[in-house]
Amino acid sequence: MRFRRLWAVVFKEFLQISRDTRVLVMAFAVPVGMLILFGYAVTLDINNLPLGVYDQDNSQESRGLVTSLMRSGYFSVESYADSYQGLLSLIEKGKIKIALVIPYDFSKKIKSGEKVEVQTILDGSDANTATIGAGYLTGALQLYSLKITQTEIKPPIDGRIRVWYNEELKSKNYIIPGLIAVIMMIIGTLLTSLVIAREWERGTMEQLIATPIQSSELIFGKLVPYFLIGMIDLLLAVLLGKLIFKIPFRGSFLLMFLVSGIFLIGALGVGMFISILAKSQQLAYQMAMVTTFLPGFILSGFIFPIFSMPAFLRVITHILPARYYIRILQGIFLKGDGFAVLKLEILLLSLFALIMLGIANLIFKKRLQD
Amino acid sequence: MNENEIAVEVENLVKRFGDFTAVDNISFQIKKGEVFGFLGPNGAGKTTTIKILCGLLTPTSGKGRVGEYDVFTQSEKIKEHIGYMSQKFSLYDDLTVEQNIDFYSGIYKVKKEKKKERKEWVLKMADLEEKRNRKTADLALGWKQRLALGCAFLHEPPVLFLDEPTSGVDPISRRNFWDLIYSISDKGTTVFVTTHYMDEAEYCHRLALIFRGKLVRLGTPEELKGKSISGSVWEVECKNPIEALDSLQKDKRVIEASLFGMKIHILVPFAREEEASALVSQILDENKIEVIRLQKIVPSLEDVFVSLIREKA
Repeated sequence: MRFRRLWAVVFKEFLQISRDTRVLVMAFAVPVGMLILFGYAVTLDINNLPLGVYDQDNSQESRGLVTSLMRSGYFSVESYADSYQGLLSLIEKGKIKIALVIPYDFSKKIKSGEKVEVQTILDGSDANTATIGAGYLTGALQLYSLKITQTEIKPPIDGRIRVWYNEELKSKNYIIPGLIAVIMMIIGTLLTSLVIAREWERGTMEQLIATPIQSSELIFGKLVPYFLIGMIDLLLAVLLGKLIFKIPFRGSFLLMFLVSGIFLIGALGVGMFISILAKSQQLAYQMAMVTTFLPGFILSGFIFPIFSMPAFLRVITHILPARYYIRILQGIFLKGDGFAVLKLEILLLSLFALIMLGIANLIFKKRLQD
Repeated sequence: MNENEIAVEVENLVKRFGDFTAVDNISFQIKKGEVFGFLGPNGAGKTTTIKILCGLLTPTSGKGRVGEYDVFTQSEKIKEHIGYMSQKFSLYDDLTVEQNIDFYSGIYKVKKEKKKERKEWVLKMADLEEKRNRKTADLALGWKQRLALGCAFLHEPPVLFLDEPTSGVDPISRRNFWDLIYSISDKGTTVFVTTHYMDEAEYCHRLALIFRGKLVRLGTPEELKGKSISGSVWEVECKNPIEALDSLQKDKRVIEASLFGMKIHILVPFAREEEASALVSQILDENKIEVIRLQKIVPSLEDVFVSLIREKA
């Protein structure tokens, strides 16, 4: 590899990128937009679950129960019904997710120390929300029971639960590091998927392959500018995460940039590989979308936990570099993981990057197709 | 020809794409410093041949070398010693004139101390000194082509391949372009140029006529015009040339009759003036053509080409 030629390609690519609005938008606006959109909209926490109440008792105690549910922050009372039918129609219309029926003898039974049943109906059409809502509700009812019971109950087993790393159990704390990984994968692959195909399409490749330029000079020369763009995206994303979404960052910045660099080279290599195969920008773009979006969002463990997947899907996730990178980023952000903990993942990512670059170099031919 | 004087040599070169034979058993040698023309209609195999010689396509069989390098095994070596200008404009439209030159200067590793001088040479040669900061996309085709020639010759390669460099360019720009080709060839560079313009072919030192993948004739323009036609060509100026052409083409004694402007060129089988003249007069008489002027002419390359192709077809 000759530095002069490599530099000529790098410089030319920079000039072309600086004049190509489409690439600039894809390189900077898309990642920032995605991060903001996901950061605000995608949350797996349940807050303000709409609750409907049919309070037959209408006593100090029953109102106290509803108030304590509201104060938990998990529920918001959308409406009070004055009949059982009215409550059910609220569920049917989708106005509420949970219906609570407080019986007429609620306060009487509480005062006399009897056990009282409170009926709750959940809209199970959104199973995830219903499950989490049911859990919250059970907890909230228990809490209220303890509060109003004068005698202290001593259960035989007292679980002292402590949550580590993400103490408040906020989903954005792990979604955003995961999202950064997905963005790096998509941007890295999409941007480079066009670079070789574009030269074939515009006819400039024919001139270029008639020169003594080596495949590696062309491929590396084209990777360098996009590598820098990817690293700038990473910096932007981490800053956004820290400053706007207040995500904790407990690990080493240096380690994060190092690992991200390795991952990015792999993602750029995938894009380069696609670009060499496709020879047309449109086909390359589609191939890049399919190979990054689907695995990135669904199989990487970004949103859906890998351990809950069926066995054959779990096997597939092992060949996805995004899977390891997400784990690394979440580790560095939340746990402050160091090199020693992450070395296997780092090794696998390095291997992937090397293989992708090797393949891209190998399949690029300085000949026209017969 | 002495070994050392040969810049490009091709022997029984064949290139097939599936069932289609694009280059069919072609052999020729090009001397160092020669302007060698490849003349033929579109689809004759000119571009395929040039792409093989530039190391962009692998031939099916035969032999070929550029300089001392083999077209089968040393295509990357060849690329260091040639300049190539493809048929379609293939510099970067979104870069400026200067940025394109700088890019190729880097790719060809033009020496640091020569870089500036070579750049100025290209700008001057292509008459782009004033337009050096213009986006290449905004240049007229004639300038684009000269810029492409300049970029292909930045590293002063011993052999230059130009694939239809003047197609689509206006006649004055074409003439200018050929002046550039001569100035490059004067410095000892071998130039291989393809064209389908007959008038341009006359500018070449030597010519190969290509038709349907085959090399039909090879020689200097004079040789081709003198030897290739058996018989003689006569130019007739007459009234109603279109009608006259029609009846002449039907006459079996006429080998070839075609319209050149408002005049008709007739090819008759006799080369000797007296016999031919008698025949032509007789034919014109019998076809009741009112002749204004009649003269024997030296056949143009177009006459030669048309008659050779007629023979083959």
